[in-house]
Amino acid sequence: MTGQIVVQFLTGLAGAASLFLVAAGLSIIFGVTRIVNFAHGSLYMLGAYIAYSLTERLAVGTIYGFWVSVVLAALAVALIGAAIEIAILRRIYRAPELFQLLATFGVVLVVQDAALWIWGPVDLMGPRAPGLDSSVEIMGQRLPEYDLALIVISPLVLGLLWLLFYRTRWGILVRAATQDREMVGALGRNQAWLFTSVFFVGAFLAGLGGAIQLPKGGADLLIDLNIIAAAFVIVVVGGMGSITGAFLAAILIGELQAFAVLLLPESTLVIMFLAMAVVLVVRPWGLLGRPVAEHAAGRAAEPLLRPPGRTQRMIWGAVIACLLTLPLIAEDFTLTLSIEIMILALFAASLHFIMGPGGMVSFGHAAYFGLGAYGAALLATKLDTPMELALLAAPAIAGAGALVFGWFCVRLSGVYLAMLTLAFAQIAWSVVFQWYELTGGEDGLLGIRRTPWADSRIVFYYLVLAACGVAIYAMRRMIFAPFGYAVRAGRDSRLRAEAIGIDTRRFEWMAFLIAGAMAGIAGGLYVYSKGSVFPDEMSIPRSVDGLVMVLLGGVQTLSGPLFGAAGFTWLHDAISRLEYWRFILGGTIIGLVLAFPEGLGGIWRQLEDWVRRRRAVARQAKP
Amino acid sequence: MTVLEVRALYKGFGGVQAVAGIDFDVAAGELLAMIGPNGAGKSTCFNILNGQLRPDGGSVRLAGREIAGLPPGHISRLGVGRTFQITATFGSMTVAENVQTALIAHHRDLAGLWRPAASLHRAAAMALLERVGMAAQADRACGVLAYGDLKRVELAVALANDPMLLLMDEPTAGMAPAERVELMALTAEITRERNIAVLFTEHDMDVVFGHADRIIVLNRGALIASGTPQEVRANRRVRELYLGESVEAER
Repeated sequence: MTGQIVVQFLTGLAGAASLFLVAAGLSIIFGVTRIVNFAHGSLYMLGAYIAYSLTERLAVGTIYGFWVSVVLAALAVALIGAAIEIAILRRIYRAPELFQLLATFGVVLVVQDAALWIWGPVDLMGPRAPGLDSSVEIMGQRLPEYDLALIVISPLVLGLLWLLFYRTRWGILVRAATQDREMVGALGRNQAWLFTSVFFVGAFLAGLGGAIQLPKGGADLLIDLNIIAAAFVIVVVGGMGSITGAFLAAILIGELQAFAVLLLPESTLVIMFLAMAVVLVVRPWGLLGRPVAEHAAGRAAEPLLRPPGRTQRMIWGAVIACLLTLPLIAEDFTLTLSIEIMILALFAASLHFIMGPGGMVSFGHAAYFGLGAYGAALLATKLDTPMELALLAAPAIAGAGALVFGWFCVRLSGVYLAMLTLAFAQIAWSVVFQWYELTGGEDGLLGIRRTPWADSRIVFYYLVLAACGVAIYAMRRMIFAPFGYAVRAGRDSRLRAEAIGIDTRRFEWMAFLIAGAMAGIAGGLYVYSKGSVFPDEMSIPRSVDGLVMVLLGGVQTLSGPLFGAAGFTWLHDAISRLEYWRFILGGTIIGLVLAFPEGLGGIWRQLEDWVRRRRAVARQAKP
Repeated sequence: MTVLEVRALYKGFGGVQAVAGIDFDVAAGELLAMIGPNGAGKSTCFNILNGQLRPDGGSVRLAGREIAGLPPGHISRLGVGRTFQITATFGSMTVAENVQTALIAHHRDLAGLWRPAASLHRAAAMALLERVGMAAQADRACGVLAYGDLKRVELAVALANDPMLLLMDEPTAGMAPAERVELMALTAEITRERNIAVLFTEHDMDVVFGHADRIIVLNRGALIASGTPQEVRANRRVRELYLGESVEAER
């Protein structure tokens, strides 16, 4: 028994190694550049793939060849990281933080398809590490020798990082930039160089993490998002920008997972995110983190939010008229696509509701979409609930989830809040994924039929139009009603809002609830439009889809997210039958972010400004 | 009539007694200035009064009611208005909407989900803006105002909950000398006509001695003097504190 515990403990330590490396890189990059690098998981994946190719070519079976391959792979990834920084991120440091996030997600998509193209879709088995390919016996239990190597590597890297940060000039600069970025700029240091080098080091750690886990886990196309979720958890638990924190958190999570496997194998995914939620509520800035000054100078002043003017109302009238007459002229295919667009427009609008006026960025909004979808689907399949009732229950179920998760989330702010939303979404996702008896796991729930009266595509189209239209209109009313002003007041200046008697946290919580319920409506409708539901509907990519729609549409405008949803869904549909559609989508996102750092909705405003200037010039020209 | 009654207030941070047993009163219609060198305990004292800090001991009574330790929002609803050293306004709203939001909060209409807020309390907001001389800019974005104008908007916002006590932290910080006098004269005028008690901290001695009815002087967490401007000016300990230090510094 003791032997089992000891060996399990060592397994946990070994598992913590690559988690620590990835998280440390993510943490360093965030500390200096304030970029939440979604592509960090992709760098890890590249590390694994490149190491695989190198070990195949370089002196197979020699100890020397293996470790040289690992280090070379990490260096290659470091160069790729630096190239990404130079080619993409450097151009958008002045853009809103979330656009940088979006760009990094574009990189995720591009890298996914690049890896698919180069290494193919088959999961690759990693080679055994030469010299460490058997196991040792500890207190009657067997432990792979390679685990011992992993256990040694993380403290070694921690030590090297410590030397790098505390014994070199570069390290001093990085630490200074982590604490006060503007100050470093004021010192006249070459920021561009600093940022690139930080990306180099961060990417090196990610690549190393991917390479060293190759003998244990191999390489496949899903590890990028799996590891990024885990890395977020570790960075947040450890404290943003704290390497030692990441080290402790990696061990904590590694051990929790190692022992969870023994006690309750289904709980491994949930336990990691639960640990994060608990730590964040007790220590909102992580184990060793410090509060990040959110409202420090440099946060762009929010533009004035005005109710729609006459032109805008006329455009909306025209859009609604088009939507109403569409079934008369359109084919089935167009109607199906339009139904999906309207549902996702509601989803995007609900995300915008908390992100825009609420100022709370959610990385996990798909949780509420998925709760609504699974709520309706379970009622329909397990309890034979009629469609009408299931559609009404969807927002209630999603709202209940938002009420519980939101209670925790509104206690944090900024990037910590965003990460916690992601954690909750992953909890919901892993419950759905692992609770096979109830949800069918990966196989999903199938055969959900519409009520006979709504069976025809045209009737369902009008039902979706009415439901989404009313829900979106209701949210707009709320934004311009006192409730919306209270929420916005808390976003603009919490200090002032509290001083005039607004309980900002309560209003944030209510906004969370409303946004969750609205996403639930969208989820319910989605289930009845497809007739099925799969865990994908609440996975990270679905949450990111929402972010892409809102951000591309323009978070500062109200209609932007709707157009963003339409454009994104249309593009997604148009290219999803191509083999390398992710590459196209990712490339498009990166291109759009570089071209329109204000979002597509910003084009409208730029156009308005242009017209106004032209008119002013014309007026002056007249005598 | 006494509006604010502070008795035996204590607050320590680690080993430092930031506020070590302070007593003072502010009467309705009175402008009380709280002065003292850096680290005297002014900010700590202020943050206890406005609810951002919980005192270790002592009592703070607003019109006879104990408010020490209540959260800021609650204290606001009991009739305390505030302005900040660095102005805090809502940048995504117009000047009028800033005041309207405060009025909506005061009338507890915040939960409304349907009726547009733009029409709520508009007249009252305009009246307040008129009073502080900002009516002409009512529909401009708060984010684009000049600093002095922002201070006036903040004053209007602080008056929106019809306060009996106004707490002003360094009201004229960052302003030009001429603007300072104007703003303080306006504050004095408004608070006297509405019989509001004002407690303010200030570094500018011209503002303090020119506008305060009474002054209290803090040093190292303790009250070392209080009285009319003349009395405080004549006080030996105050002279030592201010002049003595400046003499030291010049050496």
